[in-house]
Amino acid sequence: MKLIKSIIKPFKLEDVKDALSEIGIEGMTVIEAKGFGRQKGHTEIYRGSEYTIDFLPKVVIEVAVPDDIADKVIETIVKAAKTEKIGDGKIFVIPVEQAVRIRTGEQGEVAL
Amino acid sequence: MISRYLLLLASLGLAPILFGQSVDPSVTGSADATVQAATPAVEEVSSLDNGNTAWMLTATALVLFMTLPGLALFYAGLVQSKNVLSVLMHCFAIACLASIVWFAVGYSLALTPGNEDGWIGGQAAFFLQNLSIDSLNGDHPETVWIMFQMTFAIITPGLIVGAFVERIKFSAVLLFSALWLVVVYCPVCYWVWGGGWLAERGVIDFAGGIVVHATAGASALTLAAMLGRRHGFPRSLRPPHNPGMVMTGAAMLWVGWFGFNAGSAAAADTSAGMAMLVTHLSAATASLVWMFVEWRKTGKPGLVGIVTGTIAGLATITPASGSVGPLGAIIIGASAGIICYYACGFVKEKLGIDDSLDVAAVHGVGGILGTLLVSYLGWKGELGGLGINAETWQDQLVVQAQGCLAAIALSVIATYIIVKIVSALTSGIRVSDDDETKGLDQAAHGENGYSLS
Repeated sequence: MKLIKSIIKPFKLEDVKDALSEIGIEGMTVIEAKGFGRQKGHTEIYRGSEYTIDFLPKVVIEVAVPDDIADKVIETIVKAAKTEKIGDGKIFVIPVEQAVRIRTGEQGEVAL
Repeated sequence: MISRYLLLLASLGLAPILFGQSVDPSVTGSADATVQAATPAVEEVSSLDNGNTAWMLTATALVLFMTLPGLALFYAGLVQSKNVLSVLMHCFAIACLASIVWFAVGYSLALTPGNEDGWIGGQAAFFLQNLSIDSLNGDHPETVWIMFQMTFAIITPGLIVGAFVERIKFSAVLLFSALWLVVVYCPVCYWVWGGGWLAERGVIDFAGGIVVHATAGASALTLAAMLGRRHGFPRSLRPPHNPGMVMTGAAMLWVGWFGFNAGSAAAADTSAGMAMLVTHLSAATASLVWMFVEWRKTGKPGLVGIVTGTIAGLATITPASGSVGPLGAIIIGASAGIICYYACGFVKEKLGIDDSLDVAAVHGVGGILGTLLVSYLGWKGELGGLGINAETWQDQLVVQAQGCLAAIALSVIATYIIVKIVSALTSGIRVSDDDETKGLDQAAHGENGYSLS
């Protein structure tokens, strides 16, 4: 099992969600987040004074999937979230030791 | 018993002789009101006018609406989200406190006949002791006049909140505001509107360019310099947390300002109508000019910018709203939009003073600018002025400048002394570094402006 953690631009969330639904992904966790990478922050000007905004709004999507479809999920997210401009985000893939469905106590891939 | 005895003396017209006070017939103190009630002949001269009274009641409500919630929201949107509640609290508490100070000593010191030098009003109306339901000020009830002027005494210390947000102790806010009202606002109000020395020289300040905006601006700058900068000023501060709230508050101030300026005619008459028109035109012009200046300077027209322009235009027309015509109002608005915009940068960048919400640059500079401009734009020349008090506009300008300088001098000196006193009483007016980092909402009030669950 893999946990696929994607940090994307907030306005791409709907596109990514729809694309994942189409390939049969039935659940995900979405976290509103802030951060920066090579894109850095930007400045805003109010009443002539400059304010530096270091952390830009981002959305983190977490999906746990069986190993065999992980590559397909990653490919789908990249395709849906890409604008080809700096700040599109990153995907991290993390091995998952165990998964448990709280309602039934089922464990392993059946719990995903 | 003593107050009854004084009342008797007052009703006999002896009080002015005993206390050496000169009674200005244009200002109706409680002593005169008693005379009116007792003497039918006087009552006929200034009998109650229902229309004027109705407008003054309405205008009073509008001016309170400027502070609660207008100014409170305008300021609260400009700070960080961890301090939003503290700013709302400052404005609300000051409104309550100023009302009680006005009842106790403020009205008497500011607007009732005082000593012959014209420096401060009398003490006869402390605690409104001689007020009766029948007392009149001109052709409307004195009760309404007290309330109308009280709302001015509420918003003026409220304006100063913008200088000390995000880092001051709440106890210091209360002490400072109460003392400031008595030591700065009341005398200047008396000089200009109570028949004091500036009024005798013919100064023009229709609704408070000197009394409200110059005093608040100069005091704000002094206080901000003494209090010190917020951590992170000027480079790593957070931007205004809610521009929409800033716009909501500014729009309420705009509406309320019709009561402020048109209400200062003290009648539902032609002067009030013109005051409302010129007030609106100045606000609209200043908003657009500020927006275009910002658009050109920074590449984008911003909401916080356009509504700050509105407030600058309103503050600047305030002293002139009884003397200029529509064309004069446009000129005043345009001047406000440009000059107040650059004043913001001057205070923060050049002087390096963290007058956090630009009280001095917007209200102080605007109020002074309008007070000076009214000399020429109010003059009956080709620009449609309605008339000035002096023979020439140059003579008027000298008086206007004297008024501004006197108000600024008292504001700076008195604010310095008050801050020293309050600082001693509260062992430093500034909160600890920890509390500043945590935010005043939690640190000072134990509440949160926003809880997202």
